[in-house]
Amino acid sequence: MAPARDRRTGFSRRRQNSVFFSYVLAVAGAIVGAVLLVISTFNPPAFAALRMAAASVTVPVSSVVAVAVDGVASVPENIGHYFFVRRENAELREVLKRQNALVLRARALVMENRHLHRLLNVRDRAAETVVVARLVSSSASSSRRFALLNAGRWSGVRPGMPVRAADGLVGRILETGPNAARVLLLSDSDSIVPVQRTRDGLPAVAAGRGDGRIDIRAVSGTNVRFQRGDLFVTSGVGGLYAPGIPVARLDANGIDAVASATLATPDSLDMAMVERVYMPMPAPVAATP
Amino acid sequence: MNSIEYRPFQSGIAPSRARAIPWVSVMLGSCVTAIPLIATVPLLPPVGLLMLLSWRLLARFSLRHWAAGPLGLFDDLVSGQPLGSAVLLWSTSFLLIEMIEARLVFRDFWQDWLIAGGAIAFCLLLGRFVAVPVGAHVDAVLLAQIVITAMLFPLTARLVAWIDRKRDAE
Repeated sequence: MAPARDRRTGFSRRRQNSVFFSYVLAVAGAIVGAVLLVISTFNPPAFAALRMAAASVTVPVSSVVAVAVDGVASVPENIGHYFFVRRENAELREVLKRQNALVLRARALVMENRHLHRLLNVRDRAAETVVVARLVSSSASSSRRFALLNAGRWSGVRPGMPVRAADGLVGRILETGPNAARVLLLSDSDSIVPVQRTRDGLPAVAAGRGDGRIDIRAVSGTNVRFQRGDLFVTSGVGGLYAPGIPVARLDANGIDAVASATLATPDSLDMAMVERVYMPMPAPVAATP
Repeated sequence: MNSIEYRPFQSGIAPSRARAIPWVSVMLGSCVTAIPLIATVPLLPPVGLLMLLSWRLLARFSLRHWAAGPLGLFDDLVSGQPLGSAVLLWSTSFLLIEMIEARLVFRDFWQDWLIAGGAIAFCLLLGRFVAVPVGAHVDAVLLAQIVITAMLFPLTARLVAWIDRKRDAE
């Protein structure tokens, strides 16, 4: 490509000035960027309103595209179901028969549990679902792991609320817009969730690694052995997540810290449930003179 | 056609629209993150950055020197990176390209590709360090993302060349 002659300004003072000021503006842009970056590093929620304003435009578009893609993708699946419906029916009957006994036993246990709680006078909170919505898009080009939910303040979603799927914890709400909310996924490197092992109640934290997996780290003592198959659920420490939400099942042995996949896979999720904050922080008490 | 209707120097497209097309195409590239895909690893190439570099290297007068700042701000709003990172990195890579252009005046597409690859690696690497802590396990995926993005540059260059040709022809 030939050199750019058009950038030569000649003797026109006006042209010289305009080129000079465009360079000044370019350098100023870099400086403004550096200042914005420092502000958003030390105060991450500073520009939440701007980001969520943009998200409240993109989220409806993503939702429509997601529905269209699902509709097209479900056509071959539906045809397959049509052909295998008899076999599937028989299988489902079998499963239902097997699960029936389990459900009856679980009902009895729930009742017994309620009786015992009443005997002990425990004040327990039940997890309440605020809204069920779809995760529609994510920060697929950034190293951060965020997803956008297509429900926001209009549906009662507030920052800090846990987001879960039927099979496990997904993350928590970080920022909310009128019709969209940003979810910090468990695998984000800033996400830390207090968990415990179901087998013996061993306390641990599930810290995101940034690559779609989480690190399960023991918090009490050293030389803690983790075994393959150990199930970790939220412990309720910190008051954000209700206790007992499944987080991860280990697929490798390890000592003190072990990497694991999460139980809920956000990339193949149909619906996410937003739950109320389990034990909200009490409002700050005004200092009395 | 009589001689009065013949206007050889009049372009069909309004100047304001012709000037807006590069901006709009870069912003549409940034909006690719709105596709309904919940990624567990950052493999999607930053299409906004690719479009910006293609416009800058192929049609150098289509965007002003300072255009990288506002376009970066828009990208930050939709990409999930901390606000200001693309403003800083895109503006800096514009200035770097300006410096390279002052020294390397006769360029071929291969040199353009090399410059774009350098700018992509610069923006993605520094973007990773401002967004996530050093200890995060994202480096292998980041390398893959840089390679994918650099490999996509000829495609976006073709796209930009096509838009630019249409823009001139209309």
